[in-house]
Amino acid sequence: MRMPHKSSVPLFWRLKDSKYRLIGSRCTTCKEVFFPKKNLCPVCRRRGSIEDMQFNGNGRIVSYTIVRVPPEGFEKYAPYAVAVIDLEEGARVSGQVVGNITKVRTGKQVRTVFRKIHEDGSDGLINYGLKWEIAE
Amino acid sequence: MRVAVVGVGQTKFDEHWEKSLRDLSTEAGAIALRDSGIDGKDIQSLYIGNMSAGRFIGQEHLAALAVDQAGLIPIPATRCEAACASSALAFREAYFSILSGEYDIVMAAGAEKMTDLKGTDAIATLMGAGDQEWESAIGLTFAGLYALIARDHMQKYGTTREQMAMVSVNNHRNGVLNPLAQFPAEITVEKVLKSPLISDPLRLLDCSPITDGAAAVILVSEKIAKRFENPIWILGSGQASDTLALHHRKSMTELVATKVAAKKAYEQAGLKPKNIDLAEVHDCFSINEIIAIEDLGFCDKGKGGKFVEDGKIARDGEKPINPTGGLKSIGHPVGATGVRQIADVVKQLRGEYGNLQVKDARFGLALNIGGSGATSVVNIFGRDKPK
Ligand SMILES: [Zn+2]
Repeated sequence: MRMPHKSSVPLFWRLKDSKYRLIGSRCTTCKEVFFPKKNLCPVCRRRGSIEDMQFNGNGRIVSYTIVRVPPEGFEKYAPYAVAVIDLEEGARVSGQVVGNITKVRTGKQVRTVFRKIHEDGSDGLINYGLKWEIAE
Repeated sequence: MRVAVVGVGQTKFDEHWEKSLRDLSTEAGAIALRDSGIDGKDIQSLYIGNMSAGRFIGQEHLAALAVDQAGLIPIPATRCEAACASSALAFREAYFSILSGEYDIVMAAGAEKMTDLKGTDAIATLMGAGDQEWESAIGLTFAGLYALIARDHMQKYGTTREQMAMVSVNNHRNGVLNPLAQFPAEITVEKVLKSPLISDPLRLLDCSPITDGAAAVILVSEKIAKRFENPIWILGSGQASDTLALHHRKSMTELVATKVAAKKAYEQAGLKPKNIDLAEVHDCFSINEIIAIEDLGFCDKGKGGKFVEDGKIARDGEKPINPTGGLKSIGHPVGATGVRQIADVVKQLRGEYGNLQVKDARFGLALNIGGSGATSVVNIFGRDKPK
């Protein structure tokens, strides 16, 4: 089965700011920061004012797991580490942590790297995006 | 206006290679009708929960198909979707359709056919309920999401691996006696801890299985309920939402949607957590039952693991949880689970559940959760007609 979300060129193009350039949002009304980009502040809604914000790609692991039984399309990468990461600027994101999976721990500092995420078969898209590596 | 449940039905939950989704939904509906004594032609509307027939079997437009197969044309038929909470939504829509005064006799059902897909495709299909762009796209699975939750709960509250295993042990011990369960076999803590890792720290026997099955219940208005000997009354119903992506929540160790839905249901019912005699909760993964116990107010936040360890959740314990086997032992055909839970609570409150019966059950609760907690539905039922 081919998953439409993995083979759509417009989808990757649309997400390029957040996925490839680490751009999120800040609401100038309530000062809340968001990653990825949003077009509406869920705190202030229509009273909010959203602007782009560049994240620096540094964060800290708050929880993690090793995915050993992967979904379709990720079979050849398993086992791989996935963590929930607190970004330095204040939002949270999930991401794969590259390198030795036994070194992944809660509390570790991480930074973004640009890597292949997934290939959609031999003739499909090669999907690149953000992953994380342990920074210390 | 009060609404009662007067009929319940469930197919065996299993890997049904010989039965299609349409066979299963018709079978569950027929059992519910037989149980109630109501004739099919008196059903005025159908609400059916289903998560992803479009991806599991390529079939959309499921509600019309269900009334078609059941010979109930031309009554209106509506499909509801909220991932694993789909049929609890169908149940609420059926409830509201009677409360509105439009109908007196309505069927709520749920059905899912999952085993036609190979394992990794089924896992990817289930992840349709996660955030496609930021969770599914990086290779997360539902076991992965609940593993992130489990680790955080262990870090914050000292919940142990053994306590999570005890959830599975309890539910399997109950499921052994359930003739409709997919895996009616006893397991031990040791067996859970030796089962293969799926997504650390969760192991195979922490996870509910992939299942085919359907369930149905019949709801009636107060006026119609008078004709029945043993109607079970809806006392409270709450539903709430949270962020779709787990990482967008301030806390990963509570499901705020469950707390909000439960508060609403308790208030409507005029009951407190201590009044609940049994609960069917959403143990899609063992950690989720521990979190449910806390979020439903059966114990303080962080004490759910201890609550399980102390044996309070046993069928003859202080607070029987999943006394019929839970998702873990009965199986989890995602779109059918919410109505299955309700059917089981109703059977308990009727007092006719044989070996599975919780003693003196007056008030029962069903908690159905969608995804990693972006949808939560709590329904509370009672044996006696409320004022
Ligand atoms: Zn704002």
